[in-house]
Amino acid sequence: MPEPPALPFDPALALDAALAVAILGAALAAVSGRGVFRAVVFFIAYGLMVSIGWVRLGSVDVALAEAAIGAGLTGVLLLAAHGRLARAGAATDTPAGAGRGWAALAGLAVSGALVWAWFALPPVPARPGAELAEALPRAGVENPVTAVLLNFRGWDTLLESIILLAALVAVWMLTRDGDWRAPLGVPQHANAEGVMAGFARVLPPVGLMIGGYLLWAGADAPGGAFQGGTVWAAVLLVAALAGLWAPPRLEAAWFRAALVLGGAVFVLAGLALAGVGAGFLTLPEGAAKPVILGIELALAVSIAVTLVALVLGPPEGPPDAPPDAPPGALPDAPPGAPPDAPGAPR
Amino acid sequence: MTAAGATLFAVLGAALVGVGLFGLLSARHLLRRVVAFNVIGSGIFVFFGAAGARGTGAADPVPQALIITGIVVALAASALAVALVVALARTRGAATLPDETAPEDRAP
Repeated sequence: MPEPPALPFDPALALDAALAVAILGAALAAVSGRGVFRAVVFFIAYGLMVSIGWVRLGSVDVALAEAAIGAGLTGVLLLAAHGRLARAGAATDTPAGAGRGWAALAGLAVSGALVWAWFALPPVPARPGAELAEALPRAGVENPVTAVLLNFRGWDTLLESIILLAALVAVWMLTRDGDWRAPLGVPQHANAEGVMAGFARVLPPVGLMIGGYLLWAGADAPGGAFQGGTVWAAVLLVAALAGLWAPPRLEAAWFRAALVLGGAVFVLAGLALAGVGAGFLTLPEGAAKPVILGIELALAVSIAVTLVALVLGPPEGPPDAPPDAPPGALPDAPPGAPPDAPGAPR
Repeated sequence: MTAAGATLFAVLGAALVGVGLFGLLSARHLLRRVVAFNVIGSGIFVFFGAAGARGTGAADPVPQALIITGIVVALAASALAVALVVALARTRGAATLPDETAPEDRAP
């Protein structure tokens, strides 16, 4: 069979170039032009295309995280924020001021400096680095990304799970006094016969299984606690947005326990390892895999509930209730000066 | 990944940082600034990931692990920023900074 004629260009590179142009176009559409909703929608499309770019870069673990977190959860977060802003009468776009020229100049300068930095990089080092190549067979897991996240750089991941909690506490600080006892987020309703409610009944079993698979397979293949936990978070969010699952209240004990489970198991595992003489978070070769999987399971549960709580936002009572109304009060505030009114004196 | 492919994604990452910075500086609506900030972040990730994918063989796992950590932290920061924007809008009735509101939109 004759060889196919050689193309005058590298087809993979042409595909990458087309993808890069599409990503850049979506980014430009998200940051310029008019309309807040339009910006959010282009950002979601942008995130999905970037995750294809990660596959092209050979980083499937990052592609999963970008699609699930960067595009998916951030998209839900921004769409929900748009809805909340629209209710506050603040979702209309404000035209950019006179500084656009300077802003464009600043952007071009930073991009130019980064391109210069790329070509000034030292030559390609050997990969994986000598120390990593030597340590990988003793990591207990085959996926090198999971090995780095949970074994070699476990400190980073432990502190990251604490950052998530710190951000959540900061978000809850913004709760209004009268809303502390309300469920997280804003009340959601969906037509019980509609597409959303039907979808939210079909999706959870499948999503729970996919999340568990990603968590388990992450030891030896792309996946892991973050990707699996994010899929579980997405399942809970779909059920919450369809009104099929009532989000917990802040004081719910099981909810608080689930939030700290991952960090607590991580710290206790580290202390136990230090206690047997291995050093804090230094995983012994034989027991590395069960320790990693145990930490990952606890971490995935905590990541799922923390992400759900972050995306749902602070508790917010029924929209028209005055902020300090006692529970059960009817939302019949006098129409004079509700506290949310624009320009109300403070 | 070929050298040309890695360079292509590095230039894309650099361009995304610039596009995001332009949006962050020029947009007035704060939710659009959160979007622009996320574009900057993901541009940095792409640049970093391209640097880890140079040469032959599988992509370097250390940058990949750091980028996954970064993506999660970026979501946490975005959630806090969005909550602040919503809180500001509920107080002021506008999701813009007070000294940047166009005169015709300014609250009396």
